[in-house]
Amino acid sequence: MHELVIETSDLQRSFGDVQAVKSVDLQVRAGEIYGFLGPNGAGKSTVVKMLITLLRPTAGTATVLGHDVVDGAAEIRLRIGAALQDASLDEKQSGREILRLQGALYGLTRSEADRRIDELSSLIEVEAIDRWIGTYSGGMRRRLDLAASLMHSPDMLFLDEPTTGLDPQSRLQVWEEVRALNTELGTTIFLTTQYLEEADELADRVGIINDGLIVGEGAPDDLKRSIGADVIQVKVNDNDKAIAALRSLPAVDKVEAGPRALLVSVSNGAAAVSPVVIALDGAGVNIGELTLRTPTLDDVFLELTGDRIEVPQ
Amino acid sequence: MTTTDVTRAAEARSNVQARPSGFVRDLVTIARRALRAVPREPEAFLPALFIPAFFFIVNLGALQDLTESIPGATDFSYKNFQLPTAIIFAVTGISRATALVTDIQTGYFDRLLLSPVRRLPLLLGLMVSDFVLVIALCIPVMILGVIVGVSFGTGVLGILLFILIGALWGLAFTGFPYAIALKTANPGAVASSFLLFFPFAFLTSSTVPLENLTPWMRNIARVNPITYVLEGMRSLLSDGWQWGEIGKAFLAIAILGAISQTLAMLALRGRLAQN
Repeated sequence: MHELVIETSDLQRSFGDVQAVKSVDLQVRAGEIYGFLGPNGAGKSTVVKMLITLLRPTAGTATVLGHDVVDGAAEIRLRIGAALQDASLDEKQSGREILRLQGALYGLTRSEADRRIDELSSLIEVEAIDRWIGTYSGGMRRRLDLAASLMHSPDMLFLDEPTTGLDPQSRLQVWEEVRALNTELGTTIFLTTQYLEEADELADRVGIINDGLIVGEGAPDDLKRSIGADVIQVKVNDNDKAIAALRSLPAVDKVEAGPRALLVSVSNGAAAVSPVVIALDGAGVNIGELTLRTPTLDDVFLELTGDRIEVPQ
Repeated sequence: MTTTDVTRAAEARSNVQARPSGFVRDLVTIARRALRAVPREPEAFLPALFIPAFFFIVNLGALQDLTESIPGATDFSYKNFQLPTAIIFAVTGISRATALVTDIQTGYFDRLLLSPVRRLPLLLGLMVSDFVLVIALCIPVMILGVIVGVSFGTGVLGILLFILIGALWGLAFTGFPYAIALKTANPGAVASSFLLFFPFAFLTSSTVPLENLTPWMRNIARVNPITYVLEGMRSLLSDGWQWGEIGKAFLAIAILGAISQTLAMLALRGRLAQN
């Protein structure tokens, strides 16, 4: 039985008449990477801000590391680290100045802070540490932000969309850092993302939020398995006729119309391709393109919400 | 950077223990960051040097002969009269309010709130930095005054008290821009807080003595706290120790400071309550 480090019950937050978080029940275990997945505006960042004590819940309860987010905010702040969206850093300070300031805010002595900077200097380019942050690239800012959030050796780390806006190489670097922090230190990581492959790649468990509600939760593989072993993606000239033809096939678990193609969930993709093609041909449906693949979290999201996550490029 | 680097950093995890810093250390930490930023943003303080020097010279050129030739004003020195005005022009409205707005807008203020830092030093630390800056701004204006022949009738102690009154006035006034910054998080609104400077700085005896103002203007000047600050500072230049004038200056600063700082603290509370 793993210790629970985050527990929420019917957590809600409204802004005026807008209910950004309608009801969220979460349980995050010590030592895991929990991916919090959802489209823009789903309520991910609002949940994170409540968990890291920046926002008070309108209703419901939440505990982090055993402390209530309202009554035990001071204790939580001492034990968590967080890197929020956009790597919010003061552009007219150097990396070293920001890290020393961060250390001072957490009660570290100057020598302790300097020791931590030495230990964390591998997270940022050493030659850049005395340059103003305004001269840093997006990837460098993210890594400095991560280093700042680790200055006080937190027990738990919150990362709010840590790779949004980064180039693919910087994204891979951040993924490596997150994995290393989790596997080497056992640091529990709560990570929000709108990138399906990021959640798939990093998270031990995923919570899917849509419109302020948790719509699914589980290990990525379990979630994907829940909608079938394989997906046949097929572009046809008549969706309605194709769906009618495929639904009656024993090899087909489910058929849905995606935005660009029909998604046919099957338990054995290799064995199902022929019957699918024959059934479509028999129904007089023309096939434009056919692909066999394993399900993705995007398919899970579609299954759970009837929509796809649109990620701005 | 490789995974090995990250692993090394992770393995090197110190046995550092996060702990609350204490009020004074929080205050010093926030003030030091603000002070470090000052020379990096010369655009924020250079106008505060140029404007008082400009008005000081222009007012002397325009009004010195006229005011010193008023019947009965035989001992009147317009240079001495104008130096406090220049100091007030230099220190009024100087604050880190715009930087605070930037912190709020970029999310850095959230990063500070996320730490165990006490909330009051987040504002007071900026004000400590402002106090140091306004003292620094007084010095070149004082030097300009000495160059043109201003004399201090109360000696070195008078000079120090003169600077202290100016700096305290500057500090008292900062509550307004901080209140606007915390309330609106809007750089435009903070910039427009400079408009408050005009009634304070001009509906008073900033250019001619109180007794030479037209009656309606004199009546307004009598309820303007700057009038008493200016008179207190002037008393240190030409008339020796006049504790009544000095006391009125401190009282005026205390009253305005109480109003503006209360507004700032309420705005801080409102900003934190939004969270």
